[in-house]
Amino acid sequence: MTSVTERDSMDFDVVIVGAGPSGLAAACRLMQQANAAEQELTVCVVEKGSEVGAHILSGAVFEPRALAELFPDWEERGAPLTTPAIRDELYLLKDAEKAQKLPNALVPKSMHNTGGDMPRYVISAGNLCRWLAEQAEGLGVEIFPGFAAQEAIIEEGVVKGILIGDMGVGADGAPKDSYMPGMELRAKYTLFAEGARGHIGKRLIQKYDLAAGKDPQHYGIGLKELWDIPAEQHEPGLVLHGSGWPLDKSTHGGWFLYHAENQQVVVGLIMDLSYQNPWLSPFDEFQRMKHHPVLAKHLEGGKRVAYGARAIVKGGLNCLPKMTFPGGLLIGCDAGTLNFAKIKGLHTAMKSGLVAAEAVFEAIAGGDEGGQELTAFTEKWEASWAYAELKESASFGPAIHKYGTVGGGAYNFVNQLLGGKLPNVHDTTPDHAALKPAAECEKIDYPKPDGKLSFDKLSSVFLSNTNHEEDQPCHLRLADPELPIRDNLPTYAEPASRYCPAGVYEVIEGDDGKPQFQINFQNCVHCKTCDIKDPAQNITWVAPEGGGGPNYPNM
Amino acid sequence: MKVFVAVKRVIDYNVKIRVKPDHSDVDLTSVKMAMNPFCEIAVEEAVRLKEKGVATEIVAVTVGPKAAQEQLRTALALGADRAIHVDTSAETDERVESLGAAKALARLVEEEQPGLVILGKQAIDTDNNQTGQMLAALTGLPQGTFASAVDVDGEKVQVTREIDGGLQTVELTLPAIVTTDLRLNEPRYAKLPDIMKAKKKPLDVKTPADLGVSVGSRVKLVKVEPPAERQGGVKVGSVDELVDKLKNEAKVIS
Repeated sequence: MTSVTERDSMDFDVVIVGAGPSGLAAACRLMQQANAAEQELTVCVVEKGSEVGAHILSGAVFEPRALAELFPDWEERGAPLTTPAIRDELYLLKDAEKAQKLPNALVPKSMHNTGGDMPRYVISAGNLCRWLAEQAEGLGVEIFPGFAAQEAIIEEGVVKGILIGDMGVGADGAPKDSYMPGMELRAKYTLFAEGARGHIGKRLIQKYDLAAGKDPQHYGIGLKELWDIPAEQHEPGLVLHGSGWPLDKSTHGGWFLYHAENQQVVVGLIMDLSYQNPWLSPFDEFQRMKHHPVLAKHLEGGKRVAYGARAIVKGGLNCLPKMTFPGGLLIGCDAGTLNFAKIKGLHTAMKSGLVAAEAVFEAIAGGDEGGQELTAFTEKWEASWAYAELKESASFGPAIHKYGTVGGGAYNFVNQLLGGKLPNVHDTTPDHAALKPAAECEKIDYPKPDGKLSFDKLSSVFLSNTNHEEDQPCHLRLADPELPIRDNLPTYAEPASRYCPAGVYEVIEGDDGKPQFQINFQNCVHCKTCDIKDPAQNITWVAPEGGGGPNYPNM
Repeated sequence: MKVFVAVKRVIDYNVKIRVKPDHSDVDLTSVKMAMNPFCEIAVEEAVRLKEKGVATEIVAVTVGPKAAQEQLRTALALGADRAIHVDTSAETDERVESLGAAKALARLVEEEQPGLVILGKQAIDTDNNQTGQMLAALTGLPQGTFASAVDVDGEKVQVTREIDGGLQTVELTLPAIVTTDLRLNEPRYAKLPDIMKAKKKPLDVKTPADLGVSVGSRVKLVKVEPPAERQGGVKVGSVDELVDKLKNEAKVIS
């Protein structure tokens, strides 16, 4: 512990960090097993968002496999899966006007969302989590939104629980009237389900060297908007994907546009953070992308109602760290279970939560007092369908990085026909090391937003309903405060102001006429891109006061 | 002394308000809801009175839909001892008008005989600023509105009121009605163990019919319009151009 404050402490059997799909699936499964065995079990979930779902952002087309394992009667229970995917369309955008629609036969089969044995649904992951939280509470789980886990309690090399961040600390670090020291939540086992680049998960991976022997993890940034569109344009269940323009050949990514329920369309861009040109701005790429006729025709006449962004973890199996350590587990995207070949992560995240819950319950039911490394998890996990999926598509992302969107796509198409028999491809350059110096790259002149289809950054952040208590310490920590201006500015034209989708970072002119690096942390949508992409790895994202951050609706 | 605190479930103050496409109302679909901030101040004041030994029991009350029990649980976590939910879901949707709420509260005041009733001065969704005053009228109790300080002394309460251009202090004989203004206090955060305990505190559910009142709408909501969108600015090249635009386009100078 870092402070001398007297802290209250509470004990649970299991503490879960993060009320997302994996954490909530684990919580539900734990209680299901305990209830079936008539055994008392205390499970607590902490969530830094102001409510469950407030920080959840995903496409999403959902494969209900893990959900059906957890709740075979999910339909009767009213799970928010109301819009089956009815038609897939895949486009390669050639330029700002032209596009080629790819015939389904040429699309890697993992990307098909219709046909096949299981219907997929266009859903809001936020609403799925809200529903899962209701189920969990009904089963007896304690869920605490607005409480941010600040660090793991590690004693003699064993994770013993978590420390909740203090509330009511001023910007100067001194306690305010409302000061409330964070509690210790101790547990036999702690499951970390923070999502991509979890700030505690990152430290655990380092401390326990969980990524040893793996490729460096790869990430993308996903930007998403929610639109109300005119009824006559609405085709619930229509699923569009595409790639190509506006991204250049060395930048990988793709977009999605789904017709959801209630006359709404979701549109988004996922851009790999392995991009090279520091002048690139994912936000501006996304804004101009919406002007392409293939996308614009779905959005025109509509009104944008929500905006958000989140890093996604997409390295797949080659980059998946060991998920166990003494006293706990990393699950879902905190470890990196997303299957990029399917452009889906909810189902594998949930499955990792289910498997974790089974391993943990088995241990506790067998009289385990906690603190062990649950190697039984690894066996169960590697025997699961989720692992098999990841194994089959291990080369999907690296092939695209190596051979480009078309070449990599062809590799993946053939590899999937062969059942994954082509040699595994690796990408061993960490995303932050991929940037080239600004002087070697072409500056990009982004068009001005038109206020109808495209918008500026600040009016976008406004629609993420983001709020942080202003009088608190900045939660974006610079290891070396001088580095952004001293090194990043001359070499990379300080890319933070462009990769940040929320306008947190700015280089402004100080009173002395010299450039200054300014951090507007109140704007932060908790996407974690800065923690990933800063070329010097100088920025560390830590959790601000609980309850801060975006308040996403059905995102 | 028993203290009543009324709380209301409203759209969270961080959420950007969106109007339904048909302009019939504010869109509450998938929107985060929370306790009205002025009600939080009311709860905090009651808890402070209990900590001072003035209040012996705090009863949190809401008149609203089923989901409003979340806000009662928040009040219980912050220090209320028990809660009463007047469930209006059978009679009306989310919208409960001031008069309906005041009538239900008045009946509860009659039943429970609290020494002090604390309410927020207004709810941030409809900004009516009526319920406290209506409750005072219906119960015949004295009222101290827009409180920035509340001092209970024996059978009296001194309420410092925020009025135009200054402060006014009134002395009321208990039982009395107080509505809170922004500066009365800074609400605390709920503690995690208290949130857990709050789940086990008593919460009674009553219907308006049980109380013999009706909370149905008396006001017809005709149309909701969002504020006009701000027009983007333009950069001008020179002072002459600025003067020209001010003269001929904006027509603010001649």
